[in-house]
Amino acid sequence: MKFNALLVACGLAVAPWLAHAQLTVEITGAGANRLPVAIADFSGERIVAQALTSVVRADLDRSGLFRLIDAGAPLADNATPPWDELKARGADAVAGGSVTVATEGRYETRVRLSDIPKQAALGTPAYLHTGVQLRATAHRISDYIYEKLTGEPGVFSTRIAYVVKSTGRYELKIADADGSNDQAALASREPIISPAWSPDGSKLAYVSFEAKKPVVYVHDLASGRRHVAANFKGSNSAPAWSPDGKQLAVVLTKDGSSQLYVVNADGSGVTRVANSSGIDTEPRWSPDGQHIYFTSDRGGSPQIYRIANSGAGLGNPAERISFEGSYNVTPRPSPDGRSLAFITRNGGRFQLALMDLATRQVQILTDSTKDESPSFAPNGRMILYATEIGGRGVLAAVSADGRVKQKLSVQAADVREPAWGPLVR
Amino acid sequence: MRALLSLSALTLLLAACGSQPPAPEQNPAGVESRTPSGIKVETPPVKEVKPEAAFDPNSIAALKDPRSPLSKRSVYFDYDSYVVKDEFQSLLGAHGKFLAANPKMKMLIQGNADERGSREYNLALGQKRADAVRKALTLLGAREDQLEAVSLGEEKPACSESAEDCWARNRRGDMLYSGEF
Repeated sequence: MKFNALLVACGLAVAPWLAHAQLTVEITGAGANRLPVAIADFSGERIVAQALTSVVRADLDRSGLFRLIDAGAPLADNATPPWDELKARGADAVAGGSVTVATEGRYETRVRLSDIPKQAALGTPAYLHTGVQLRATAHRISDYIYEKLTGEPGVFSTRIAYVVKSTGRYELKIADADGSNDQAALASREPIISPAWSPDGSKLAYVSFEAKKPVVYVHDLASGRRHVAANFKGSNSAPAWSPDGKQLAVVLTKDGSSQLYVVNADGSGVTRVANSSGIDTEPRWSPDGQHIYFTSDRGGSPQIYRIANSGAGLGNPAERISFEGSYNVTPRPSPDGRSLAFITRNGGRFQLALMDLATRQVQILTDSTKDESPSFAPNGRMILYATEIGGRGVLAAVSADGRVKQKLSVQAADVREPAWGPLVR
Repeated sequence: MRALLSLSALTLLLAACGSQPPAPEQNPAGVESRTPSGIKVETPPVKEVKPEAAFDPNSIAALKDPRSPLSKRSVYFDYDSYVVKDEFQSLLGAHGKFLAANPKMKMLIQGNADERGSREYNLALGQKRADAVRKALTLLGAREDQLEAVSLGEEKPACSESAEDCWARNRRGDMLYSGEF
């Protein structure tokens, strides 16, 4: 966080109007059994090495799964770690590294991650990068360490999308998962809601009200170009990508009340997929593409259902998934398809809940009152969501076991509608 | 009458503000005439209405004439309700007749919902309100192809306090004519 704080401080000095823009992450709860790990200062180019290691430490710390141990001294990638001393300090793993100048203003960073009890190297990744790729390189190192030590992919190199509302202005932002490097993909005087990442991370689908009604757009992030994916008579909303990225489930009102349809991502070939006399909305594909989860009031109150997506269109029966309580909305299946995050109204409070789809057991993960729009990290470990603190919209994240908690906020603005992007391959 | 005129003047004033959709406001139904807390309403001095020739209730000018019911564009709904209340039938009747008399005019009906709960579900609830207004207007003379019912959900609140009198103002359908959207 030190490097981050430095950037923010510089921003304040140089451009105070930019300083409010960045999301800051505050850790508000951590896992019970955190793995003790030492990230030693890397040897070689000092400024570059310090910038790298401070970002790696902040990443690992923020995940809530690691306890950072002071390594005591710098450690090069080709040096033998001081096993006994690191063991005495309580570390189970240590990373050392070295940064050297390569050709044409590039750096070569070599890292060695070691298991301290076994006194053995776990891996020796190397990275060739420029000065502007420092943070990206650090996140890749963090991802490497995270995956080696936990067995799951790290998500430090992923990006998040969210909407910032300030006076009379809405911005659809993209930032690194740690809140840095935020950029506006779209700025508008009218609301923007429901951003959804394409499975390859190259596009965002969202709903914009710039035409005085909700219209679904697909926005290519590299080119900044976008096209209308759904603009039928009435309202167009709630886009969700199919796992292959070729189609979007959307909610249209062209035939009456809010109902589920599937369109090709280019806006062609609209087909209705479910049928009710009331509201069907908030579709999400299961990761295997077999089902579409959605919210419906067909039983009298908003509840979560799913329908088999046979490609045959109408005719498949919907299966009710949520039963407890009178308001269960916004279903979001986990990346492994085994659980479902959703928002439940619990004694007047809207809270993030997680259902085990095999046992149908539900656990409420938060103690807040206005949770909305949950979004799984692509490794399934954390769930990002919008909530309100002191009357202001903030983003928060909680681990699927409810232990690790983070708050992400932007000063003097409302942040809402988060969507966690896919893994970077 | 004075209150009516000043509200209509306010309506015109609001309609003149370019950045917001030109949906004129009216005093919320079901809520007594107290001003919602936190909302400062500047009431411009009421201009004396000079006796003019009787206005044509179905002329385009009537849409912005404070003497005409057509200058009123909002229908308010009860909590969790999507039924047009009896008190709005005469207002919708006037708009239905106007649309029948002016077949080239189109109307965008924007439904709204209060802020509680999911944004997308609230968008669907706002759509139900817009649809209720649309159906009423077709029964009262408007043609289906003149009308488009859409929802702004909880995204464009008329007032943003977390309190019932404010939520009541946000459970609303607004009627916008060609040129106003």
